[in-house]
Amino acid sequence: MIYINGTASISPQPTFEKKGFLKEIVEYTTNRFQCIEPDYEKFLSPNELRRLSRVLKLGWGAAKSCLDDAFVSTPGAIITGTGCGCYHETQKFIFSMYENDETLLSPTPFIQSSHGSIAAQIAMMTGCSDYNMTYAHRGFSFESALMDALMLMGEKHLKSVLVGGVDEIGERQFITFNRIGYWKTKAINNLKLLESDSAGTIAGEGSSFFLLQDFSGPETYARIRAVHVFSNLSGTVDVENEIRKFVKRQEITVNDIDWVFLGLNGDKQFDPLYYHLMSTVFKNNGLACYKHLCGEYHTSTAFALWLAAKILKEQTFPSILKLNNPENKTVGNILIYNHYRNINHSLILVSAR
Amino acid sequence: MQQSKVFITGMGIVSAIGMDVETTLDSLVSSRSGLGKIRLLDTRLKEKLIAGEIPYTDEELLQMAGIDKVPGISRATLLGMIATKQAVRNSDFENDEKLQTGLISGTTAESMTSIEKYLPDFLSNDSRNEYIESQDWGFSTEIIAKSLGINGFMTTINTACSSASNAIMLGARMIRQGRLDRAIVGGTDALSKVMLNGFNSLMIVDPEPCKPFDDNRHGLNIGEGAAFFVLESEQVADRGKMIAEITGYGNANDAHHLTALSPDGKGAFLAMKNALESCNLNPGDISYLNVHGTGTLNNDLSEAIAIEKLFGKTPPVFSSTKPFTGHTLGSSGAIEAVISILALQHDLVFPNLNFSTPMHEVQVRPETSLVKNVEILHVMSNSLGFGGNNTSLIFSKVES
Repeated sequence: MIYINGTASISPQPTFEKKGFLKEIVEYTTNRFQCIEPDYEKFLSPNELRRLSRVLKLGWGAAKSCLDDAFVSTPGAIITGTGCGCYHETQKFIFSMYENDETLLSPTPFIQSSHGSIAAQIAMMTGCSDYNMTYAHRGFSFESALMDALMLMGEKHLKSVLVGGVDEIGERQFITFNRIGYWKTKAINNLKLLESDSAGTIAGEGSSFFLLQDFSGPETYARIRAVHVFSNLSGTVDVENEIRKFVKRQEITVNDIDWVFLGLNGDKQFDPLYYHLMSTVFKNNGLACYKHLCGEYHTSTAFALWLAAKILKEQTFPSILKLNNPENKTVGNILIYNHYRNINHSLILVSAR
Repeated sequence: MQQSKVFITGMGIVSAIGMDVETTLDSLVSSRSGLGKIRLLDTRLKEKLIAGEIPYTDEELLQMAGIDKVPGISRATLLGMIATKQAVRNSDFENDEKLQTGLISGTTAESMTSIEKYLPDFLSNDSRNEYIESQDWGFSTEIIAKSLGINGFMTTINTACSSASNAIMLGARMIRQGRLDRAIVGGTDALSKVMLNGFNSLMIVDPEPCKPFDDNRHGLNIGEGAAFFVLESEQVADRGKMIAEITGYGNANDAHHLTALSPDGKGAFLAMKNALESCNLNPGDISYLNVHGTGTLNNDLSEAIAIEKLFGKTPPVFSSTKPFTGHTLGSSGAIEAVISILALQHDLVFPNLNFSTPMHEVQVRPETSLVKNVEILHVMSNSLGFGGNNTSLIFSKVES
């Protein structure tokens, strides 16, 4: 069995400093949420502080804090998922190419432009020479990383695997995707995201890491039972049936799941699917949402997993997350179900230790 | 649980040395390099640098792929589509809905050719530019999946120059663990201004054809291309269609620098060692080693030191085939996997072109001529990427 024995998250909420779990909530009235970043001086030398791109800092900050949380200095492997990775640096390089007519370019943004640099930077900083992988596939990025981590634990009998999801929302990225209706056109209050009744969602970002090990102890957060993805490129997939099949394969029933995190993001083009499931397959479950706190991004499920891990360890379910309040719900099994634009669907099942 | 063996039952390739497997083999056997003047890409560097450019426009590639224009489709996606179609036709598998079929693509630049052309437009005007969505890396993989009718597991790997090797490795692991019955795996990358300028800004591009493992090497040449495979479990694969078996794989990280390999070749050594250990082979079992061999000072020295450390004084016959194709970056691992399998199928070793002076720091030297009639049982292929991401794959003859 595989357990989460350490975790950390940098998000648009004050999740990084350990001042109580969701005790403080930040309200946003912009449609672009940015992370509340830690003081990186604790984690980086002055030279690194100057040299590293923002997304590399987001990645390293959460990774280092996660390792510290589990008292591990060098993990057995490092796996990241990132939808847009270091694309901000690529954009910088493209503009310098235009501005300088392809001559005398500084290589720095190019050096930091590969999606794999986040995991590579962590490998360098921790001296980890073992397995290192980076997935960059929209709403499957973090899920692919997590699946790989679970496979690897079984294959190589590693002592630990560090797995994380990292994305940033740069200004150019925000503007360009705004052109094609990804974001809401009017500013809304994030805590009223699901009442907005309009197309588009709010842009977010974050970096959440997990240290997986094959043993549990008093500091364990949760047990990871399964991760599953399925695509709906044809638009004809019976999502409800896919979820039922997944649950059955775990040898439990839907009623054994206490709480379901749903990827509701306030976009009226895509939310109806969640509402359908809430009235059918999930009609007896405790229901929760999370994107009003972190915004929408490719690896938002890493933030949802961080929430689930904290909830399972602390055995409290903050009301800011709840969509309903069924009586006598314990906090034993949590399912995270998310879909990215009804194309990439994912399920992550975690349980209390 | 008994783990399944993993067989290759189909492959497809497009690069500067040929738009299919047969032409690729013919070019390799005839020492016909694909490196030359840049004719299609609109770049200032075409006066200065050469590349392994595929001599067809995007419109011509669209025709070859046999499809109508899809919104947001980029050159790399088109190359990927042509290669996946060849692989699927070659395998000629029967579609069975009960089987789990996945698609795993490795790419480092994905839709860069479109992005670098339209990025200012994305930002400056409100026209709903069809390429905006292609700015996320999975978009291209999903277009390929749609064209193949795949609707199950799919993912995209970006670990720079080892991306496609890692895609092949993941497909093999998922089949071995029973998570997939069949996987279409490989990688694609197209020649872009960003990559030409990026490598040029690092001052590691040779304006002349590259000279891997030569003492007077001056850098790499960029290429483009795609290669894909159909992998099947032994339960699913038709015995008559098995081209090769994927027996070993290993990944390791140099943990040294974002763009340079360690001077002691640690990452490359560990990747090769892990690959051998994964299939219980000894260094002496490898009949041919297709090295990464980019032609840069740093890569070739680091890789040579790793080879000497692992294989000792008698390394297997080895060559870099990048003087044929150029360095196709994210897809190079798949391109060279096809070349490795051609070596296995035809008992050939392909020459390391342009080599004349052995490196002064090491003893090992590459094979410079076409070697025929040698028995090739196991081939190892190396891919060493930015971020110190190193992967070795081992392909073996199918046991009869």
